[in-house]
Amino acid sequence: MSFSWTRVGAIFQKELRDYRRNRFVIYTMSLLPLVFIAAPMVQLFTIKVSSTSAKLDARIGLALLYMLILPAIIPSVLSAYSVVGEREQGTLEPILTTPIHSEEFLVGKALAALLPTLAVAYVIFGILLGAVAAFAHPGVASVIFERNHLLIQLLFTPLVAGWSIWAGIAISTRMSDVRAAQQLTVLASLPPVAIVALMNFNVITASLGLALGLAGALLLIDAMAWRFVAAMFDRERLVTGTRS
Amino acid sequence: MTSELIGSQGRSSHDGERLEAALVVEHLTKRFGDRVAYEDVSFEVGYGEVFGFLGPNGAGKTTTVRTLGTLIAPTSGSATVAGIPLRAENGPAIRARISIMPESPGLYLRLTVAENLECFARLYELRDVQDRIDRALQAVNLSDRANDLCGSLSKGLRQRVALARALLSGPEVLFLDEPTSGLDPVATRDVHDLLAALRERGVTIFLTTHRLEEAERLCHRVAILNTTLRLIGRPDELREQLFSRNLEVRTRSQLDEPGRVFNGLANVEGWEQSPSGAYVVNVSDPDAAAPGIARALVHANADILSIAESHHSLEDVYLELVDEDVEAKKP
Repeated sequence: MSFSWTRVGAIFQKELRDYRRNRFVIYTMSLLPLVFIAAPMVQLFTIKVSSTSAKLDARIGLALLYMLILPAIIPSVLSAYSVVGEREQGTLEPILTTPIHSEEFLVGKALAALLPTLAVAYVIFGILLGAVAAFAHPGVASVIFERNHLLIQLLFTPLVAGWSIWAGIAISTRMSDVRAAQQLTVLASLPPVAIVALMNFNVITASLGLALGLAGALLLIDAMAWRFVAAMFDRERLVTGTRS
Repeated sequence: MTSELIGSQGRSSHDGERLEAALVVEHLTKRFGDRVAYEDVSFEVGYGEVFGFLGPNGAGKTTTVRTLGTLIAPTSGSATVAGIPLRAENGPAIRARISIMPESPGLYLRLTVAENLECFARLYELRDVQDRIDRALQAVNLSDRANDLCGSLSKGLRQRVALARALLSGPEVLFLDEPTSGLDPVATRDVHDLLAALRERGVTIFLTTHRLEEAERLCHRVAILNTTLRLIGRPDELREQLFSRNLEVRTRSQLDEPGRVFNGLANVEGWEQSPSGAYVVNVSDPDAAAPGIARALVHANADILSIAESHHSLEDVYLELVDEDVEAKKP
């Protein structure tokens, strides 16, 4: 039996329906973005344009960093719950008794965490750009609207989210407690954010080539992570708690 | 309605060869490290048969179901499930032909009944999803609850939704793991009625339970597992294998010399007095022995209240075997 997008779609649709009626998910998806839009606006609108170039870069870098922490944090909450949460609720075993392949289950879960994350992250970034264009000092706005900064945000948002999702699902397949899985996933989602932070703070000069190279590497890691997590997905261990 | 749902049973192997058995299990063993879940289990289940799998807690019933459902790998032995050899690479193909209803319904409580079923219909890649859902809900008498959130349903109703989910794909073999566990008597009766209807329609059911009256009422054959398979057969066969046949004789007053009444009668193999005062007479053939016993009692001037064959239930068989195992384990 080959890979089926119908089965991926079944998991994806089920997850979205579940999110819609899950208060914890609703609060997370609505309150976290509010924090992550307020903080950078405070950073950007309180910059003194007379500051040194280094200080200016640091404040703008910090503001943009918030935009990349968001796609790391939001899916980590969802993906960390994805397997261990089903296990706790007793819903994992019935799903695993169907013809679904591990890869299909994981892709369905990953897409259900990725797409809402991208929607929220891009909308929040759009709001920030609109506010900067309308209210920020032109000197600040011109830095924010630099091509490299925009590219970093647009390119790295899905890649950072992808890393966070696979890290979360991997941890979720091995943990027996949702809360512990979520805490570990938040920590595991930070490394790519750190690299992008170095570029935002101009510690690493963010040339187009470097950004594309790093993005390619992250894309490769995300793709390999899918296979790696699928190999880790041990039905026997998940159902019985005992290694096969 | 249910027959339409289950009507898609293909009773053939991968190669199109016609098969007589829905399940063939040969010397199957599962160990978790040093712990033996079940050992050297062999049996066959025919198509259209309701097969009861009995045993105390920890006997290995659920682990056997999970093994046959490809959720866990056996340590040794072999099996064929719905015509397909039990091997890791055949997992999806086997799971496409069977349905397993675990002990806990495992429904998505924030989804409606119909949404739960829709998800599973798509996982089986069924056509006519809405039609399948409608028929499955009709089979368990839940059509009017399709749009209710599963979290709002009682335990009994959730069990019925889980049964509808198991019927959805028209499985060749339906595994039911403790389907009435934790249900109140009314909900239990409802599930029994549904299973009886499935049995009437020729659905192959593998039923694990420790409700013995459930197995006796619903199953064509039963197996008793206590890590190893202790006994297998029709409930009446098991009773005959394990217990001699008895006539229970009740008289108004105690017999003066019961030995003189019962000893030496045709078809009588022995007798004893029960704590209640009745005489339990072991016989080879109750119908042949009863007239002779009646005549002997009249001859002894006894006032006969009743002479009746005493029946052993499946529970007696089960307890006898489990007690034997407990005794055997004593140092």
